[in-house]
Amino acid sequence: MMETPTIQAPQTSSFNMLKAMVVIGVLCALLIVLTFEGTLPRIQQLRAEALEKAVFKVLPGTVSIQAFHYGEEQGFVEINAKDQSPDLVYAGYDQQGTLIGMAVEASGQGYADVLGILYGYSPENETIVGFHVLESKETPGLGDKIEKDPDFLSNFNGLDVSLKDNYKELKNMIVPVKHGTKTQPWEVDGITGATISSRAIGNIMGASTRYWVPLLYSHQQDFKLTED
Amino acid sequence: MKDLHSPNSNKGFLASLAEGPSTDEFIKGLWRDNPVFVQVLGMCPVLAVSNTAENALAMGLATAFVLLMSNLLVSSLRNFIPKQVRIACYILIIATFVTITDYAIQAISVDLHKSLGAFISLIVVNCLILSRAEAFASKNTLGKSMLDALGMGAGFIFALFCLGAVREILGNGTLFGLSLLPGNFEEWIVMILPAGGFFTLAVWLLLFNVVNQRKSET
Repeated sequence: MMETPTIQAPQTSSFNMLKAMVVIGVLCALLIVLTFEGTLPRIQQLRAEALEKAVFKVLPGTVSIQAFHYGEEQGFVEINAKDQSPDLVYAGYDQQGTLIGMAVEASGQGYADVLGILYGYSPENETIVGFHVLESKETPGLGDKIEKDPDFLSNFNGLDVSLKDNYKELKNMIVPVKHGTKTQPWEVDGITGATISSRAIGNIMGASTRYWVPLLYSHQQDFKLTED
Repeated sequence: MKDLHSPNSNKGFLASLAEGPSTDEFIKGLWRDNPVFVQVLGMCPVLAVSNTAENALAMGLATAFVLLMSNLLVSSLRNFIPKQVRIACYILIIATFVTITDYAIQAISVDLHKSLGAFISLIVVNCLILSRAEAFASKNTLGKSMLDALGMGAGFIFALFCLGAVREILGNGTLFGLSLLPGNFEEWIVMILPAGGFFTLAVWLLLFNVVNQRKSET
């Protein structure tokens, strides 16, 4: 770099610099906006598809789904799944339109980053019937076993979340335990080599089910399909 | 593009150093000046995203695309950008194409975007791209800059693929998800962890240098 002052006229030079940066800035902004607008519908569609696929996965036997929004007073109300809102629950129905269960999203801190999961709840059996990891940046080969390990995933087939007689609380909260020490139907058996990730899943499930399961159970009527 | 030996107008002395047949602008990136194996540039994505061949290829393509587009813009605007604010302008241009690539990958596949993760946004700080903009595109004609970007991009893809393929085969027993090794093969988990990236890169660098040394001796 030459540090010696140049003989350029300073005004023109500053103006040129400004002009160059503004022109490039505007050009770049335009390019980004065009790409964003161009790809947005496709991105939203892909995300919705991924979530929908996951809902069918965590509620075995489902042929149609419907999104519901929860509010303190009105309970669960049918809404369009495209409206993004936090308290969303997806209900799955079979061929005859009878309710199979509800799929709930939950998230919490994993080992690397926030873990996003989806689980299916069956009010009829009062158990968790399915589980799927939506978002995870866990270590490849170790922590990401929470998505693949068949022993771990079998935890969520019939995980007990039955309610106390007042229907307000769970009899037993879901808890993670060390690998090989699962004795109760509400315990989540961990994974050796993915201790933190699998424990995180157990804890996220525990916190989320404690809030959602009593609500879902007591508002079961809201999910009955209205005659078309 | 026949008058390749003429020095490049009033812009920079590096341009005159870069004289040569036009194919050389392309070929040099593949081997002689390979961005990874010779210049050792852009190590962050090279080590982090080369855990499978598919990720490596996707990352290489994304970087090559950004490199090509930013070289194109930098080269065509090279007489318009004042020297004092050139780096800011280059970064602006590079960041724009990285953002575009990010959206494009999201629109192509959610899974791919998930596996590349934060490394797409980090293409912005890949020194390979800024170095090509600063050292080459800002001093050369559009045609030459495009050839340079294509060559460097191809060299980067090639290098990432070399790492990704080895790591996936040893660490997972597969290539592009297809089983290659016998079922009783015990996977070397370390190869798909970050440490494996360093091991693989070291071996490739060794091979590259041995070959180059042999060549210069003969």
